Amino acid sequence: MDTSFTPEELAFRDEVRTFLSESYDAELQARLASGDPKVYKQAVIDWQKRLHEKGWIAPNWPVEYGGTGWDATRQFIYDSERAAAGVRDVVPFGLKMVGPVIYTFGTQEQKDRFLPSILASDEWWCQGYSEPGSGSDLASLKTRAVLDGDEYVVTGAKIWTTYAQFADWIFCLVRTSNEGKKQQGISFLLIDMKSPGIKVNPIVSIDNHHSLNEVEFNEVRVPVANRIGEQDKGWTYAKALLAHERTSIAGVADTKRNLAQVRDFAKREVNAGKSLLAEPGFQARMSDIEIELMALEFTELRVLAAVASGGAPGAESSLLKIKGTELQQAVQSLAMEVAAYYQGVLPNDLSAEELGHDFGSKARQSFMYGRAATVYGGSNEIQKNIIAKAVLGL
Amino acid sequence: MNFDFTEEQVMLRDSVARFIQDDYSFDTRQGIAASETGMSAELWRTFAELGWLSVPFAEEHGGFGGSAVDVMVVMEQLGKGLVLEPYLATVLLFGGLLQKGGSAELQANYIPKIIDGSCLGAFAYLERQSRFELADVATTATAQDGGYRLNGEKVVVFNGANADHLIVSARSSGEQSDEHGISLFLLPADAAGIEKKTYRLMDGQLVANLVLKDVKVAATDLVGELDQGLALIEAVVVEANMALAAEALGIMEQLNAKTLEYTKTRKQFNVAIGSFQALQHRMVDTFMAYEQTKSLLYRAVCALTDEKEDAATAVHALKVMLDRAGKLVYGEAIQLHGGMGLTDELDIGHFAKRLMMINTTFGNGDYHQAKFNALRYS
Ligand SMILES: Cc1cc2nc3c(=O)[nH]c(=O)nc-3n(C[C@H](O)[C@H](O)[C@H](O)COP(=O)(O)OP(=O)(O)OC[C@H]3O[C@@H](n4cnc5c(N)ncnc54)[C@H](O)[C@@H]3O)c2cc1C
Repeated sequence: MDTSFTPEELAFRDEVRTFLSESYDAELQARLASGDPKVYKQAVIDWQKRLHEKGWIAPNWPVEYGGTGWDATRQFIYDSERAAAGVRDVVPFGLKMVGPVIYTFGTQEQKDRFLPSILASDEWWCQGYSEPGSGSDLASLKTRAVLDGDEYVVTGAKIWTTYAQFADWIFCLVRTSNEGKKQQGISFLLIDMKSPGIKVNPIVSIDNHHSLNEVEFNEVRVPVANRIGEQDKGWTYAKALLAHERTSIAGVADTKRNLAQVRDFAKREVNAGKSLLAEPGFQARMSDIEIELMALEFTELRVLAAVASGGAPGAESSLLKIKGTELQQAVQSLAMEVAAYYQGVLPNDLSAEELGHDFGSKARQSFMYGRAATVYGGSNEIQKNIIAKAVLGL
Repeated sequence: MNFDFTEEQVMLRDSVARFIQDDYSFDTRQGIAASETGMSAELWRTFAELGWLSVPFAEEHGGFGGSAVDVMVVMEQLGKGLVLEPYLATVLLFGGLLQKGGSAELQANYIPKIIDGSCLGAFAYLERQSRFELADVATTATAQDGGYRLNGEKVVVFNGANADHLIVSARSSGEQSDEHGISLFLLPADAAGIEKKTYRLMDGQLVANLVLKDVKVAATDLVGELDQGLALIEAVVVEANMALAAEALGIMEQLNAKTLEYTKTRKQFNVAIGSFQALQHRMVDTFMAYEQTKSLLYRAVCALTDEKEDAATAVHALKVMLDRAGKLVYGEAIQLHGGMGLTDELDIGHFAKRLMMINTTFGNGDYHQAKFNALRYS
């Protein structure tokens, strides 16, 4: 058992630091913070293109498809440095979700057609799984695809589709059969968002932003060539992806950074002449979180190490998801307490200086959006069901 | 980076695990607990023969030269068997102090005897008033006739009933809670002037309170530097906390496994109670608590060996986690066993009681959280 870094790993860490500090520059950060969706979207793409040029856009992909070939330690170092520098993670839908499905289960044509544009961030993807009637019970989904020659005709609705308004493509689970178990009649389709018959309706979320959508499909024609793997086997492909999704939702490195920011801000806040950070009650709340986080960091390392030595992330990814999202929310909640009155500040035209500070409005936004983390990716209750079944054998 | 055990560590683990499985059933353990000495001299010899008593000691004294990882591997298995024999007191505390601070002569005299099982040791540090403060030492050591005279009282001395030798902390200078001025002395447990009262704790241990009246010790029996004992104690206690956490982890594993098994077999409303989601989710919580504790234990052990992170901070965190996780795990274990969980006959309560004693040993969760906070948030 050994967690020390080799000299090569330390040199790699320095390289990551240098690259991030030079490339994630102030101009880019300002655009990323923009309230204008177009400016924001372009900034995200620009950042991902910089990562792509560096060769670091897909740490989790195999080298043959354009991945970095990093081992678990390098992935850990990269992610820790990225988060510590306040650098956003990549948009997951292409790089972390559909990309791995395509290179694992797709045809050569599909790989050639889609992987390069995912790596280069030339096409934006969104995930069309959930439906109004099918959330946790995803396999009950009803959007149907009927075969007509060499095309499917897709009709139905998807909901909670993040950034559908930005997307060029959507990967969808659709029903191709009502025979047998509900999991058996599902197929995995890649659908061009410009197809006739698709309509995107915005949903404003609790954080006052628009990232969620409902996507309607009205007799949308999709070439059979855009189906992943076999018809009616889509559930298998979707499930393979979910474990990866959960592992990345844990967000340990980012939570660590967020906690450090709360700590720094609490140190500056003063209550009756005394720093908030010096309050024993506050310290106890903070260390409750920090100690769990110290543990979770090693839980993640243990999972990474197990995956690196040949295992796939299994039910442990559910543990990471539950604990990771609980801690995210705990930090967000602590940030709200620290922000006090400022937690109520909505986006406005005042500068941070005119307001006093922008810690509160940022805290509010993360707190509000952060409620989603225990719901999406399979809610935490569903994750507990998974652990109960897969690990405990109940 | 890896979390693998070496081949030697796997062999060590398997050898302790096999012993627990074959020779240390819960009934055997309860028999030993009820015996007059509260430990088995015969099994202690077996421990020696199997080489377990040599694990943390340097090779020059006949030791195995093991690291914190090796100790962890042994202690986790001892925890699973609720082993009563005084591994902590003799090998890790008494032996640990000698290994880290004893003179060459003391080491040569005692370490081989610990390893061959002929010396049982104890570390008398606690006093009535001192709670978790290791520096709170009122027992005095007064220089006299080229040696020292000890006067005072030590309480809840682990293995105090059976130990043939003691290391005692005493104040050689300064005020009662000063960090400076504490010294450590090695002496035979039957030295003139020691009055011993033994009693049992809820986890089956036989401990002792010792009253020391003008007990003579030679200057050569000083362990470590005069007045500098606290740093030595703290260094040994950090490692002991790690070892206790490993023992606790073994106990938590048992509690979770036994509870899970019970919910799969116990039927109510015509179904196994494990089919109820309310219970399933609670067992998932205890499973996660176990995994998180294990991660923090690994982290603390790595901090000791890699020196990438402050080991003291990591151990404070570990003790806090252990306190919370332990309470959750034994609490749910008792609750999910229903009335059976309340019986003395079932092992669940005994695992719980050992876990409770571990949590209070060398500071409970609140104590360590305050220390953690002072290190991290000042
Ligand atoms: C911000 C956000 C972004 C999202 N982005 C996407 C996206 O891009 N693409 C996409 O496809 N989906 C997305 N989702 C949808 C998400 O995956 C679903 O919300 C989630 O699967 C839960 O489904 P539901 O909302 O229908 O809740 P429900 O399934 O109705 O659950 C309601 C409550 O009941 C609990 N519950 C349900 N079943 C059980 C059970 N068996 N045992 C115990 N408790 C249970 C749940 O845990 C939850 O607390 C997003 C959701 C959010 C909030």
